[in-house]
Amino acid sequence: MLKNYFVKTLVFTVFSLISFTSLKAENHDTLTTKHDENHETSENSEYDPIPVIMHHIADAHDWHFFDYNGHAFSMPLPIILWTDNGLVTFMSSEFHHDNSGEHIVERKDMRFIKFNEKIYSLKIGAPAGFSYDTTTPVLDLSITKNVFSMLMSVVIILFVFFKTAGHYTKNGAVAPKGIASFMEPLILFVRDDIAKVNIGEKKYMKFMPYLLTIFFFIWFNNLLGLIPWIGGANVTGNIAVTLVLAIFTMIITNINGNKEYWGHIFWMPGAPVPVKIMLIPIELVGVLIKPFALMVRLFANITAGHIVVLSLLSLVFIFKNASLGAVSVPFALFISVLELLVAFLQAYVFTMLSALFIGTAVAEHEHH
Amino acid sequence: MNNPLVTPELGLIIWSTLVFCILFFLLAKYAWKPILKAVKEREASIENALNAAEQAKNEMKQLSASNEALLNQARAERDEMLKEARITKDKMITEAKLAANTEAERIIASAREAIQNEKLAAITELKNQVATLSIEIAEKILKQELSTAEKQKSLIDSAVAEINLN
Repeated sequence: MLKNYFVKTLVFTVFSLISFTSLKAENHDTLTTKHDENHETSENSEYDPIPVIMHHIADAHDWHFFDYNGHAFSMPLPIILWTDNGLVTFMSSEFHHDNSGEHIVERKDMRFIKFNEKIYSLKIGAPAGFSYDTTTPVLDLSITKNVFSMLMSVVIILFVFFKTAGHYTKNGAVAPKGIASFMEPLILFVRDDIAKVNIGEKKYMKFMPYLLTIFFFIWFNNLLGLIPWIGGANVTGNIAVTLVLAIFTMIITNINGNKEYWGHIFWMPGAPVPVKIMLIPIELVGVLIKPFALMVRLFANITAGHIVVLSLLSLVFIFKNASLGAVSVPFALFISVLELLVAFLQAYVFTMLSALFIGTAVAEHEHH
Repeated sequence: MNNPLVTPELGLIIWSTLVFCILFFLLAKYAWKPILKAVKEREASIENALNAAEQAKNEMKQLSASNEALLNQARAERDEMLKEARITKDKMITEAKLAANTEAERIIASAREAIQNEKLAAITELKNQVATLSIEIAEKILKQELSTAEKQKSLIDSAVAEINLN
């Protein structure tokens, strides 16, 4: 009993220390980020955690690790722009960590500035610095932090599942081993508890690849987002990503919708004619609201998790007291562990609801 | 409306779509297909094995049931045979007893008859002997009585005296 307690305490202490060291790094990082973002703000002013948190959960054009002696250490990422003069590419390091629109990069007779992680092209003759009148937005196809993180997760997913598939192709239909024994229960979980339950025995197989892909894509990206430095990008907490995923579900639901599904939308059976007419717009809005809810749910849950962790750690800087780490670090640790659960839960919920929507679209109703 | 948090970036939308599509097609072709197939095959083989086991169990049950029936039948047959044997035995004993009794009675009857005959014969013999003896005695007596002429005369005298010629 006592030994167990001791071990637990030791583990907790080690974790706290690890968190604390990363917290120290965070400390410098956040302060200098703050410093970077608001040049005119003096060091003595009240600490405002909002820009820091927003910076952390938003997309970025380079992968920022930490600052040291006023120098930002970050991995530059390629910037790809589609402009009137064609494709323009350069590395994000060309901006020299400038995010205020002051530093101009010249390519193909165009001058680009980066302001709040958005890239604008300066109009001819316009001075440096951002304003709506002097700049035009460009189509930004850069490999941003989120894209890079997403690609990383794709590599991991492909590695994990090719290995899993390799186990079966090599050994035949045997009991799983190694990585397959870890992934197979999850695949079976998606199949038995999500697809079969919501779509039905007969038709679930057609949608299995989509449901599995979406489940593991969301889950892996959720998890990757929880790792500081290596991951830390907020991919599934980005509304563009969740929008794309929700649109895929919407498309798959509606192209597979059978006669009865559309019948329920445009001419609700069993209702009086005026009600039928009234229900058409409501049902049509429902077609859009379902994926919209999917999009917002995933985005909000994941972003909220990141915000809570960062807010807890920001307490130290708000109160300018390192001993507050004794409170905020265990809390942040607790939330991080909770986020592990949320990462799985949100992947499950998104997949489950996608399966549910698909299930209602392909279901063959018995006529009552 | 310009909050960057809820404004989807077109670039990221394009990249996510592309990345997700590529991921989907790669996984669908090279991961989900073999994995799901293998899992399904394994499940089918497990189900088959289970079914076979169940079948074997049922067969065993049936076999043991038929064994039991056979045993019961054998037992019944044995009982029947024993019963029959017992009946036969009883019958035989009864019959034997009856036969013995009849025989005994017959023997006794014939014995009795023989005894009776013997007795009669003996009585007859005795009678004959007594008669012979009587005759002999009488002869002797007569011979004694009539041995002398005097005695013969006396006898005739007595007899003549007795005769009463009236």
